Amino acid sequence: MDGFFADSSLLGINKKLSGGEPHRKGGVLDYFLTEEQEMIVDVARRICDEMIVPQRAHLDETEEYPREILNAMAQADLYGLYIPEEYGGFGGGAFEMALALEQVARGCTGVATAFAASGLGAYPILVSGSEEMKEKYLPDIAAGKRFAAFALTESGAGSDASGIQTTAVQDGDHWVLNGTKQWITNAGEAGIYTVIAITDRKRGARGATMFVVEDTDPGFSVGPKEKKMGIRCSSTREVILKDCRIPADRVIGRQGLGFITVMKTLDLSRPGIAILGVGLGQAALDEAVRYAKQRVQFGKPIISFQAVSHMLADMAIQVEAARALVYAAARHVDAHPDKASKPSSVCKTFATDMAMKVTVDAVQVLGGYGFMREYPVEKMMRDAKILQIYEGTNQIQRNVIGQELNKEYTK
Amino acid sequence: MKIVICIKQVPDAKDVRLDPQTNTLAREGVQSIMNPYDRHALEEGVRLAGEQGGTVTVLSMGPPQAQEVLREAVACGADEAVLVSDRAFAGADTWATTHTLAQAIRTIGGADLVLCGKQAIDGDTAQVGPGLAERLGFPYATCVKKVLSCTDGVMQVQRLMDDGYDTMAVQLPALLTVVKEINEPRLPSLKGKMKAKKLAIKTLSAADIDADPAQIGLPGSPTQVVRVFSPQARGERTIFQGSVDEQVAQLARELQQII
Repeated sequence: MDGFFADSSLLGINKKLSGGEPHRKGGVLDYFLTEEQEMIVDVARRICDEMIVPQRAHLDETEEYPREILNAMAQADLYGLYIPEEYGGFGGGAFEMALALEQVARGCTGVATAFAASGLGAYPILVSGSEEMKEKYLPDIAAGKRFAAFALTESGAGSDASGIQTTAVQDGDHWVLNGTKQWITNAGEAGIYTVIAITDRKRGARGATMFVVEDTDPGFSVGPKEKKMGIRCSSTREVILKDCRIPADRVIGRQGLGFITVMKTLDLSRPGIAILGVGLGQAALDEAVRYAKQRVQFGKPIISFQAVSHMLADMAIQVEAARALVYAAARHVDAHPDKASKPSSVCKTFATDMAMKVTVDAVQVLGGYGFMREYPVEKMMRDAKILQIYEGTNQIQRNVIGQELNKEYTK
Repeated sequence: MKIVICIKQVPDAKDVRLDPQTNTLAREGVQSIMNPYDRHALEEGVRLAGEQGGTVTVLSMGPPQAQEVLREAVACGADEAVLVSDRAFAGADTWATTHTLAQAIRTIGGADLVLCGKQAIDGDTAQVGPGLAERLGFPYATCVKKVLSCTDGVMQVQRLMDDGYDTMAVQLPALLTVVKEINEPRLPSLKGKMKAKKLAIKTLSAADIDADPAQIGLPGSPTQVVRVFSPQARGERTIFQGSVDEQVAQLARELQQII
């Protein structure tokens, strides 16, 4: 192994690759990032290494919301990456967001979830909101002054979004919302909530509408913080709307557009979940290789045993395959936002299943130490599980892909 | 308010070695970073400029590669960067350095406030701040851990002392050196990095700053390093606040942690 790499560096091959940089240690391919994109990676990498990694065990233990880290990310301009420049953002897309998220998730999937959730909350405004609505909300979200949250799920409406019970009734120049949203990431921390509610049940899929609800609106409240298996520092709560009265101009797009906005939002945001799997998988690989190099059994570092080194190799193969897929999918989504469903489902499923497998294997490589909370890999394994569940379970993703295949081959 | 921050590029403390022949630092092949105390000076300057209105100029004396730390300072919020660089400056001790920096500050139009780190982690003299203040004729406060106020040209500051802290007032223009307790330095931002990449760094030579040839570089440096040794370490101190009962409770908690 060493000999091969020594030879290729003599040929000058390694110099051209980004693989030699510390944050790409264990990576395989050069993705030909622009100078600006490299800057995004660099800014996020330093926040990961200097702020997130030292605090992640504490945050996991205490379930404290990582406000200080998120504020530093806002100060570093990361909250506006995917928001157009005219609204105070950086003017990038899903790909630029993915580059930052990968680094943040390498440090802690909980912090990365709290960060990404603001994007998920902002996308409905971005994809369907009026010009006035964008001007009102996006600059604050881009600056990280106010966090956003996306409120879709209810106790009876998870994978089946048609089970939504929350209603909105027009009353003069106001809407009155009633219902309870469940497991809302950033609830209680965000100031801006994009909420879907039924406005006309008779109209079926066209009977739902999205609204912007602010935390200061009358009738808005949140439930207690849920106790979770992983991503424990992120805030997950109920959003309770009880005769919550909001002005008419809070309708996102127009009445009846709710489900379409939700679908478009999730198509754009899923590569962001997929990349959390890549960052997390990379972090697990890093820990496993480092440990295998220094752990001595039978008189040798365990990396010299084929049983271990093949596991590490398989992990590296899977992480890089997922990275290549997610980068390509994010670029596709930016170029073809109207044809984003299948690529975003494909990359979300592959990369998050990969993260689950790779983190389980990392615990195995570390053996008994891997099972101890003193080492970071057991947290990584706990954190990985949610990636296969939220923003559409991987079973729902496979439904989407299967339906697309069925349609494509019928033509 | 025009704020000038003096920053120094230093070898990363993780791999510092001494040249046994000359008793000076071996700098060959060692990674360079911004002096950690200077990061705190920069943060305080950026914070004050944001609060009071004003500009932040970072200033460094060093070889051309010191541009790297100046760009990093711009990425962390500084507005402008000036490098004083000339072969004639090589080998400067604190005497020669303070002359050079003072001349550079005069050349760029002076300053209302100069901020320096308490000391650099390579030379560790803590002389450049006070020396520069003397050269400029500015009042100064060293080891500042908190800026209490800045109104009508007077700054109220707290200085970290071995046995607590002093509170004092300085009339602007002034110079402060800061300790790491003063703030939590920010990391580079995306917009800052993009600005830093495009920014043309002003470079000044010995002639540009009208430096006295007898007071710069090795010939202008009277210092000779005779011996290098580690001083005796002194322990960390904590001063408990509040009522007697509260202080006793805090002491009991601390003791319990030790036991």
